[in-house]
Amino acid sequence: MFFSRRSRKNIRKPGAGGRRRGCGLKPSRTEAMRKIQAIVMQYVFMLSALTSVLAVTLICLFLFANGIPAINEIGWRDFLLGREWSPSDAPPAFGIFPMIVGSVYITAGAIAVGVPVGILTAVFLARVCPKPLYALISPMVGLMAGIPSVVYGFFGVVILVPMVRELFGGNGSSILAASLLLGIMILPTIISISESAIRAVPAELYDGAVALGASHERAVFAVILPAAKSGILAAIVLGIGRAVGETMAVIMVAGNQVRIPGGILQGARTLTANIVIEMGYAAELHREALIATGVVLFAFILLINLLFFSLEKKVL
Amino acid sequence: MKKAFKDRALALSVWLAAGFTLSAMFFLIGHILIKGIPYLTPSLFALSYTSENVSLFPALITTLMTVAISLAVAAPLGIFTAIYMVEYASRGNRFVRLVRVTAETLSGIPSIVYGLFGMLFFVTWTGWGFSLLAGGFTLAIMILPLIMRTTEESLKAVPDAYREASFGLGAGRLRTVFRIVLPAATPGIVAGMILGIGRIIGETAALIYTSGTVAKIPENLLASGRTLAVHMYALSSEGLHTGQAYATAVILLLVVIGVNTLSAFAAKRLAKV
Repeated sequence: MFFSRRSRKNIRKPGAGGRRRGCGLKPSRTEAMRKIQAIVMQYVFMLSALTSVLAVTLICLFLFANGIPAINEIGWRDFLLGREWSPSDAPPAFGIFPMIVGSVYITAGAIAVGVPVGILTAVFLARVCPKPLYALISPMVGLMAGIPSVVYGFFGVVILVPMVRELFGGNGSSILAASLLLGIMILPTIISISESAIRAVPAELYDGAVALGASHERAVFAVILPAAKSGILAAIVLGIGRAVGETMAVIMVAGNQVRIPGGILQGARTLTANIVIEMGYAAELHREALIATGVVLFAFILLINLLFFSLEKKVL
Repeated sequence: MKKAFKDRALALSVWLAAGFTLSAMFFLIGHILIKGIPYLTPSLFALSYTSENVSLFPALITTLMTVAISLAVAAPLGIFTAIYMVEYASRGNRFVRLVRVTAETLSGIPSIVYGLFGMLFFVTWTGWGFSLLAGGFTLAIMILPLIMRTTEESLKAVPDAYREASFGLGAGRLRTVFRIVLPAATPGIVAGMILGIGRIIGETAALIYTSGTVAKIPENLLASGRTLAVHMYALSSEGLHTGQAYATAVILLLVVIGVNTLSAFAAKRLAKV
């Protein structure tokens, strides 16, 4: 549409330039300007592309420069494996092991809830769902990904926490509540990546299985899902990344007690929660220990990303 | 017999899972709308915040300002990067690979880590203090990979015939990019920017220690202010104004639904082109 509108202008101007060159005259001033402009803009584009490299470098630099000295001062063993976190005691203790355990438990719980439901829903969307229903559900999954984590957290506070309290006792703010909530929150991630992995499996595989006498379900679960394995694994890894990094929703429902939890009805504090809860009033070594907590979290996430990249490459 | 039973159980579990996902979603949205809408009173939109009216109006203004700052920084950078990657750099170029890997790394970093970085860099190192500017820049880095990726995809979707025709008519590369490729890719780019706005509006963890939590309308860019999501976190953690927290959640939900619809609408226009 716009192409036809612009094309007439484009023909005239370069044509005029060509004629001038044909007469042996120097290129006109506007043409020289245009050349300079083209070169300048090329560098502008290239410099912009540097931003993300610069950002990652700065993030690493500032986190490590502020966090690593604190870990050195506390001692790597005492920091990573210490079970005592009491920043305001006379000799303060900065052991983040309870928080590491808390993050691992809550993430594992979220995976236990979110992965089966997510993969089955992806199968539903890719292989079972009738078209009109798909047009309704698919945007809903997109919307689910867009709901802010405070809104999820609030929903957890007013619905899930009382529900856990009624059904299982305890005070409700617990690993169970946090796992359920995070399990729901990572659903859209797992669904959308698994769905595209399942859709990427060639149709011949399904047809071949059915031709050999397999039922629809058997063809999907015994042939298509194994073929989409690495894509689904990538979805799970990305889901783990989201669950480990989630902050606000977890703070609102997990109870946040600093101790190694004894069961899923007890509260726990995650690495992310530790940072947000105490950063407001922390100073000196305490503050640096919190930044170091961020470094540990960042290292976890980098590992998970690395895993994700290697899985994703296999898919493509 | 046994096999048929297994098939039926599998089919049932697929329907159950989809049902669970949908009902969780509808329950969440329905519950918040039903409980929150009665609390949408005029006093909630009063011009200034007091601890009695807990007005969300200042937070709304702060949110708009934060969105403006972040987009003003991230949109040109993200779009220019995408132009470089798609229109200029040769494929498989080492620099391109580096940019891609760092962008993917950025998109995996959790928001609290952005918050920490923003606090160390923008708040302390540049000396901006808890301010809109610090929060806006932090979020700009956060949404940069999103804008980059969506712009890249929509640039790639522009048929090469357009470019060839433009070159054939004597236009240079720069002219082709700005006159032919970008206009054709605009709906997709806009869709990506709208998704970025959605992420900014929903963000909390990256803002608490960069923009701060002051509940007034910020007087200038170096003043602190809380966005709607931060406002809602403050309300629900104080626990005194549950009704108003519901109402704030309603506004947030409506904005997110609006943003998603708009983005889908813009993306559909791309598909038509």
